[in-house]
Amino acid sequence: MSVLDSKVPKGPLAEKWVNHKNHINLVNPVNKRNIDVIVVGTGLAGGSAAATLAELGYNVKTFCYNDSPRRAHSIAAQGGINAAKNYQGDGDSNYRLFYDTIKGGDYRSREANVHRLAEVSSNIIDQCVAQGVPFAREYGGLLDNRSFGGVLVSRTFYAAGQTGQQLLLGAYSALNRQINRGKVTPFNRHEMLDLVKVDGKARGIIARNLVTGEIERHGAHAVVIASGGYGNVFFLSTNAMGSNVMAAWRTHRRGAYFANPCYTQIHPTCIPVSGEHQSKLTLMSESLRNDGRIWVPKNLEDAKAIREGKLKGVNLKEEDRDYYLERRYPAFGNLVPRDVASRAAKERCDAGYGVNKTGNAVYLDFEASFLRYGKIEALTHGQKDASKEEMIALGKKVIEKKYGNLFDMYRNIADENPYEVPMKIFPAVHYTMGGLWVDYNLQTSIPGCFAAGEANFSDHGANRLGASALMQGLADGYFVLPYTIGDYLADEIGTGAISTETAEFDQAEKDTRARIEKLMNGAGTHSVDYYHKKLGLIMWNKCGMSRNATDLQAAMDEIAELRADFWKNVKVPGTADTKNQELEKAGRVADFLELGELFAKDALERNESCGGHFREEYQTADGEALRDDVNYAYVSAWEYNENPRDAKLHKEELVFENVELKTRSYK
Amino acid sequence: MKLTLKIWRQAGPEAKGKMVTYPLDGIDGDMSFLEMMDILNENLINQGEVPVEFDHDCREGICGSCNMMINGQPHGPQKLTTTCQLHMRKFNDGDTITIEPWRAAAFPVIKDLIVDRSSFDRIQQAGAYVSVNTSGNTQDANSIPIKKADADEAFHSATCIGCGACVAACKNASAMLFTSAKVSQYALLPQGEIEATDRVMNMVRQMDIEGFGNCTNTGACMIECPKGIKLENIARMNREYLKAETLG
Repeated sequence: MSVLDSKVPKGPLAEKWVNHKNHINLVNPVNKRNIDVIVVGTGLAGGSAAATLAELGYNVKTFCYNDSPRRAHSIAAQGGINAAKNYQGDGDSNYRLFYDTIKGGDYRSREANVHRLAEVSSNIIDQCVAQGVPFAREYGGLLDNRSFGGVLVSRTFYAAGQTGQQLLLGAYSALNRQINRGKVTPFNRHEMLDLVKVDGKARGIIARNLVTGEIERHGAHAVVIASGGYGNVFFLSTNAMGSNVMAAWRTHRRGAYFANPCYTQIHPTCIPVSGEHQSKLTLMSESLRNDGRIWVPKNLEDAKAIREGKLKGVNLKEEDRDYYLERRYPAFGNLVPRDVASRAAKERCDAGYGVNKTGNAVYLDFEASFLRYGKIEALTHGQKDASKEEMIALGKKVIEKKYGNLFDMYRNIADENPYEVPMKIFPAVHYTMGGLWVDYNLQTSIPGCFAAGEANFSDHGANRLGASALMQGLADGYFVLPYTIGDYLADEIGTGAISTETAEFDQAEKDTRARIEKLMNGAGTHSVDYYHKKLGLIMWNKCGMSRNATDLQAAMDEIAELRADFWKNVKVPGTADTKNQELEKAGRVADFLELGELFAKDALERNESCGGHFREEYQTADGEALRDDVNYAYVSAWEYNENPRDAKLHKEELVFENVELKTRSYK
Repeated sequence: MKLTLKIWRQAGPEAKGKMVTYPLDGIDGDMSFLEMMDILNENLINQGEVPVEFDHDCREGICGSCNMMINGQPHGPQKLTTTCQLHMRKFNDGDTITIEPWRAAAFPVIKDLIVDRSSFDRIQQAGAYVSVNTSGNTQDANSIPIKKADADEAFHSATCIGCGACVAACKNASAMLFTSAKVSQYALLPQGEIEATDRVMNMVRQMDIEGFGNCTNTGACMIECPKGIKLENIARMNREYLKAETLG
């Protein structure tokens, strides 16, 4: 075990980033023209990084598995993006955004990175508006804000329920401008299959053209991994079907450390699983918790009757309902952070209070808001004697204006009208805080290889707050990486073009071809999905919302066994020299089968509960997470081993100079 | 429910395609259309056949990847719905369902139901941006106030997901709705004003180069658009184009 150097600059917290930028090396514009950078992934982080690097003068190649950068899963983010603009005058500041994020992450993130994130958050909004991103506005023409979980100010900028879409299309437009200028060459429908190192430095990648099946070599002076998170290790998640860990894991295999794999965000408000055919889960935006109240029946008999279809939740009397978040957390109520809300739902369902066929659902009820808004509407429209029914009808119209698209989506998927009966929701895997370990410059432990956005581990600690993923992706891509990468590239101005005709590229291509060959020649017993679903069940049952040592140990053994079976018996139809979606899936699942075991090992090693990582052995008498700051205030960064159980642990001690470590309380 | 599927199979861009019939059993109404396709593919794999290839990703109706022509309608029978959000409860036991790729010269077939929509990317690259570099020194966001009605209208145009249903629905395979939605977003915002002339000229020129047809105002694009992008966008683009041509 070694101790990792985060390279956080010295000096007062609020001056670190400015001082760092003032002192790092720069590359002059003429030399930038001779330097090539590969960016893998073209979502918010990769797209914005590629566009900005090209604006600065570097030659950029982008890679994405979709047919267009516009389809990256950043597009599905609904609620919003945080920024410490303090437009609402409610006392927001860089420090408050920094503090909320550190606290929300349960004191497991790096102070200096989080403060930098808060500092550049305002620039992101300025930049996006300048690009023509159509954020929601007030009647006076200025930008509107809303509130999200775990904070007490309104700092979230949004574009209806499609904020991610609008921000991604903004980054895509910046990228398109550079493609048009010839500074970015896009390789769409391509997948990175390996990282190539020469003399210890990242010098390029091996990629597969997903249309023709060709294996290609691409050289560069630096490689940026911005390939998103690994939530699909659970099979069922809110991620896109193609979201995968391959680029990050291939980098890990070549020597980059993988940090905190067990930190996973389980989002509390998703549409519950309806049956075995389910291929993915759909999120209902956290913004709904502004107006919806979460409850289950107070009595077990009522819950049973509801599950059996003998009783309807909507008919249950007020005194027979348990608004458990309001009961347990009076200060934050329904707006507690995601990890807290998810665990509380699981606790009630495990105790037998679940309200759908499977027993894994709780109610999200808008009735009180219908009445509250309806009353205001009636009074402001001169209806002093409006009946309760009239007020509810008026209130429904107000809710429709705020969340109409989400209500429609729910009705379409669940086949129930949420204006008449409460929504049923349950937690689902949504985001992964863990990822490639990076230093303050976003450089991985491989020189010349950088990681940005959800693919790195950097800013969210053990739990991410709502509307912070978009903020981090764009902060990394627009405002951090394009500058910190210059510090590394300043030493590369004399290197010259990177040749792909070297022994290292030969070997990497050979390895890649051998791996594809092996996948194509399995014994042919089971499909790729068969293995992916099995892995997902192990992960959900044993490494999900709550974990214990016995289950984690069992998960490691079961995953190792499943992985061995996969390599022997997987069935990939067709050939490798054409479009072959089963082969694409097989390569991704092969990596998930390694990551899953490391995930369980990481969770087993961390003998504390923090954020999204809840170990049943470490909780307070009333079931809250029990952190251990004396022994576990560090980042776990794992060195690759082909048997993940033997992976080597490296630690980065987290130093808190500016905040006091407290028990996180939302009561 | 039991279904009969008639699906376009084409091994590659140069291969000759044909409709192939597959019986399928055990489908229930809560499944999405693509989950039904997953089951078909799982069956095909287990029978040693090559599964049907189709584009899909988010399965939430927002990424714009999925693109099936279902019984002759882009994204199937339900209004304002992408293929991935269409549920099998919209069909009946015993139904025959035909599934084809988008048909347009500018969207050549890659394999089975997958088509090449890179022509859409090239239209965007021709001018769908504001030429502003990334810097921490752009003006404060609130120094560009915008009327709420204009901002909302620009947002609505910007919600196009680039799936191509408008082209597939159009008898001329025209990309006017797609192109005009982007032109409109910038035409409605002050940020887009400075480059308005070049933008509309370049985007329309690229649209023509890609081989999309002309618009004859049938409005089929708007009817089939899963996001409800309005025909007014086309009128706005025509006005922008005329303005650019006459005033320069």
